[in-house]
Amino acid sequence: MPNFPIYLDNNATTPMDPRVLEAMIPYFTEKFGNAASRNHQFGWVAEEAVDYAREQVAKLIGADEKEIIFTSGATEADNLAIKGVYEMYAQKGNHIITVTTEHKAVLDTCHHLEKQGAQITYLKVNAEGLIDLTELENAITDKTILVAVMYANNEVGVIQDVKKISEICHKKGTLFFTDATQAVGKIPVDVIKDGIDLMAFSAHKMYGPKGVGALYVRRKNPRVKVTAQMDGGGHERGMRSGTLNVPSIVGFGKACEICMTDMESDNARISVMRDKLEAGLTQLEESYVNGSREHRLPHVSNISFKYVEGEGLMMGFNKNIALSSGSACTSASLEPSYVLKALGLGDDLAHSSLRFGLGRFTTDDQIDYTIKAISETVTKLRELSPLWEMFKEGIDLNKIEWAHH
Amino acid sequence: MQRIYLDNAATTKVDTKVAEAILPFLTENFGNPSSIYSYGREVKSAIEKARKSVATLLGANPGEIFFTSGGTESSNMIMRRCVNDLGVKHIITSPLEHHCVLHTAEDIEHLGRIKLHLVNVNEHGDIDMAHLESLLENLKNEKVLVSLMHGNNEIGNLLDLVTVGNLVKKYNAYFHTDTVQTVGHWKFNLHELPMDFITGSAHKFHGPKGAGIVYVSERVKVKPFVAGGGQERNMRAGTENVTGIIGFAKALEMAYENFDADKKYISDLKFYLKKKLEENFEGLIFNGRSGSENSMYTVLSVGFPKNEQTEMLLYTLDMDGICVSGGSACSSGANAGSHVIQGIYKGKANQSTIRFSFSKYNTKEEIDKVVAALQQKIGSKKVAVANS
Repeated sequence: MPNFPIYLDNNATTPMDPRVLEAMIPYFTEKFGNAASRNHQFGWVAEEAVDYAREQVAKLIGADEKEIIFTSGATEADNLAIKGVYEMYAQKGNHIITVTTEHKAVLDTCHHLEKQGAQITYLKVNAEGLIDLTELENAITDKTILVAVMYANNEVGVIQDVKKISEICHKKGTLFFTDATQAVGKIPVDVIKDGIDLMAFSAHKMYGPKGVGALYVRRKNPRVKVTAQMDGGGHERGMRSGTLNVPSIVGFGKACEICMTDMESDNARISVMRDKLEAGLTQLEESYVNGSREHRLPHVSNISFKYVEGEGLMMGFNKNIALSSGSACTSASLEPSYVLKALGLGDDLAHSSLRFGLGRFTTDDQIDYTIKAISETVTKLRELSPLWEMFKEGIDLNKIEWAHH
Repeated sequence: MQRIYLDNAATTKVDTKVAEAILPFLTENFGNPSSIYSYGREVKSAIEKARKSVATLLGANPGEIFFTSGGTESSNMIMRRCVNDLGVKHIITSPLEHHCVLHTAEDIEHLGRIKLHLVNVNEHGDIDMAHLESLLENLKNEKVLVSLMHGNNEIGNLLDLVTVGNLVKKYNAYFHTDTVQTVGHWKFNLHELPMDFITGSAHKFHGPKGAGIVYVSERVKVKPFVAGGGQERNMRAGTENVTGIIGFAKALEMAYENFDADKKYISDLKFYLKKKLEENFEGLIFNGRSGSENSMYTVLSVGFPKNEQTEMLLYTLDMDGICVSGGSACSSGANAGSHVIQGIYKGKANQSTIRFSFSKYNTKEEIDKVVAALQQKIGSKKVAVANS
């Protein structure tokens, strides 16, 4: 028997790697100094630890350590990037381009700026979840100050063609920001090769602690600046004030270092399990993999089981398997996922979807169990479903006129 | 070398019991609190328990407490949301505030959103109440936010929250007080106090860094500062820093557990150091109210007569393993000097400032060692400081 509960929601958060914890522990009780205390040992020790972590983080994404701004997480980094560019480049224009499938941290920030007078273009995606590059190019005007396209989607794992997007942005003279929260640590991300100007990411999606993230801000070709959103002691080169969260930053650095060394072997193992899971579950009739299978994170699979409610499905195995039927941030609501709807899924398919996020600690027997448990639950629920019965009888459900009540 | 840490206003050591409380949330209880399965729900319920505990200890309702990444974010949130959501056009604050208040106010003014008014302070760091009232009187038809800190991080002055708050309320202004130095060291009953907003930071009272709160009284409604996933009842987006939240609550609970005994112990250490300094050195001054009983029991700011020996004190003490500071940690790398010390002496300060700040982990023996080290470095009986 596998270990229960089985955690397959690694896009929501990841368990912390024990090696990360080990690195953090001394910074709570022994090396507890304030990294801004410049005139004594405790401060220096903390500052050195932060500097080292900054190098570890920078190295993972091919950046210079001076380009890393530590924040309280990806959401704050998203806010800082978008609001910060909007304020800093107000002279140039007020137009921002983003995508309908972005994380709420990006979309809500754009909505917020819209109220303050920003012009926002929301690009659509195709059934694969990818944006149209020509559409992007045509949307850029001389007032465009920022293009915000996520690296990989949190719900379907689809990877955008970041390199091409950045080429278009730079050809047109606009900055490119990417929310890479789901990608960094999971697949090779290189800010130079990918042409990224600003990038948000967070530790707890890569086996590090919660409450810490970073914004990469390019320092040359071009030199990018953002207006600080939090003023105070002038930490993080004035871009983000507030006492540095030293233990978490140390953990973040260690998590990045481990991702760098283990990424290849982790992915080799995880992608085999993901493919096995997907092959097993798509054996079921009327099951569909959502989003591009080709341009996709190796640990993610989003599958719809038609004629079954995702929420009901989860109740069937909730005790033993932890996963999500939408992004965790909105999973408390019963609205169908806006990401899946943007891919063109109807409410029925969107509601019947499950997101599988495998991780470093997922085991093969857990996958075997999951295939079995979900297949059984889907079959059982369908047996109880009048819609399924009608489908099996060959009735086209789209042509039925339902009685209103 | 056994190091002596007397810089507890900059940050404090995490209490072992706090570290123990955090640990499970770094390992087995790692869920995202927004997730609806057991991993998520358990964590969510721990967060709500923490909120309730913090609210109860501070005399607030759980609905009034929001977790943030720290005191700086909390103050930024309050000041910026007051301007955006409550129509505040004037901010009154003091030149002695922490930079997270002062620089934020300056930035909002720079953006053309408000007019900033600085209330006068005297050489002891006291707020000029008559001046505050005249500022409020002049702005009585305007939307005003008054932001005055409770405990000053450099000179230990305590604001009389009731007197100031009642004056602010008389003029229907909003009242924010930066309580980063006093949460966990001073007992608040927010139900009874006139503040609309306060802030707190766990790492100032033996909790973890990166964890803070903002108290927003039920009387006022503001919108989120960090936009995104709708966490913290839509007030602060971003996956919750679960360990930070658990650590905040545990640290506050620990602070209240032996509150009176700890307070007396720390206060005794501070006044023991003060007595020893007075006995051994001449011409010292205690900045602000830090030398008096009516000040934060955790801070003693000492002005040594400025000379070759005292100018290097911070560094020479460090070589002996004694960790103290010249002022706020945030600006301790800068050579501009403390804006608080310059603020009270109107730029004419002529002293070498050492801020000693204490915790329950310090001992009398440590104080004796510090005094001995000072004697060795500067000798006794020096000439008086001239701050004029």
